[in-house]
Amino acid sequence: MVVANIQVSETPLVIYALRRADDALILGHRLSEWCGHAPMLEEDMALSNIALDLIGQARELYTFAAKVEGRDNDEDKLAYLRDVRQYRNLLLVEQPNGDFAQTLVRQFFYSAFADLYWRAMMNSRDATLAAIAAKSEKESAYHLRHASEWIIRLGDGTEESHRRAQAAIDNLWAFTGEMFAVDDGERALIHRGIAVDPASLRGRWLATLSEVTREATLALPQNDWMQQGGRSGRHSEHLGHLLSELQSMQRTFPGLIW
Amino acid sequence: MVTVTDDAALRQRAWDAAASVVDPEIPVLSIADLGVLRDVVLDGDHVEVAITPTYSGCPAMNMIALEIEVALERAGFQHAKVRTVLSPAWTTDWLTEDGRKKLRAYGIAPPQASNSRRALFGDQTVACPQCGSDKTELLSEFGSTSCKALWRCKACREPFDYFKCH
Repeated sequence: MVVANIQVSETPLVIYALRRADDALILGHRLSEWCGHAPMLEEDMALSNIALDLIGQARELYTFAAKVEGRDNDEDKLAYLRDVRQYRNLLLVEQPNGDFAQTLVRQFFYSAFADLYWRAMMNSRDATLAAIAAKSEKESAYHLRHASEWIIRLGDGTEESHRRAQAAIDNLWAFTGEMFAVDDGERALIHRGIAVDPASLRGRWLATLSEVTREATLALPQNDWMQQGGRSGRHSEHLGHLLSELQSMQRTFPGLIW
Repeated sequence: MVTVTDDAALRQRAWDAAASVVDPEIPVLSIADLGVLRDVVLDGDHVEVAITPTYSGCPAMNMIALEIEVALERAGFQHAKVRTVLSPAWTTDWLTEDGRKKLRAYGIAPPQASNSRRALFGDQTVACPQCGSDKTELLSEFGSTSCKALWRCKACREPFDYFKCH
């Protein structure tokens, strides 16, 4: 790694946009790892298409963050030239793909949240955030339906698929609490009507999860201890490995374009 | 001397040039048919074309922007710029009636009204663009491009693309 990390002026609004952008980019990158490896062709296309949507959302949000920041950063620098501690994504989205059930449960937890989140963000007082949300919520509706159908198919499928789906739910559950937590900077943006209060979405998120897992004959864990850290830049060991792949070209050939 | 009428004619010429650009993935549809072309503004010899992206990650948008600049240059506009507008968000409701006919003739089922999109497990009926039968089934919600789903007709057995409502 020869190229230095960029400095980012981390005002509350910049951090807010980076958190959403990083969620979308990291999850999009994870899904893109399935390209050419999914269990069937249709699923290969589905996961790649969802990855494309997420990376597109990330681009809009990074562009917005760079504009708010008002320095010479842009979407590419924000994606390629920040190190692990500067990334603010949820721990959930950086978790490895694991088996197909792990990938789909991770997607289900996130999409059920993102779908509500974008819909609420359409009312943001910030016009750009509202516009990005209006695009993203249409996409997230498809992502949620896709993941939900798979959760039911896996949970209510064979003994083996049920076992794996339940294991994935139990494994990833502790990473969901972070979706609903906010810090002081974000709380101030919520009060100003710019940011969405995620706590207000938790009831409906849980209702979606309950509905789908019931039909899938799966159980949601009772355990409510939650792991946090991603939003403040404290990540699992997985993110560094992911970034080394995501950023390798720009780190090796600075300023490279296609 | 430039008159108001000349300006209007010039703007129309710029609009027509931009509107001639087609979607690289669905070449029967122009960006005007798609509703992607939002505005053309003339300022002296500068032209600014406003387009709106279909899907956040649609890779065709870069190519469309490039082709608009080329089309305007061919039409005699040396200083063309393409601007992306996010709001209001593009919807398949903006697809023109003519565009829907062209899609069907091309073998792609046009999008249905967007009010059914929200249902988590809603049943949709999509008519086969080949034989018109509504005995069809969804094969994959995500098809060959981000805007399409893959369906199959149970009557004529042909697989077909469905342009997803958005």
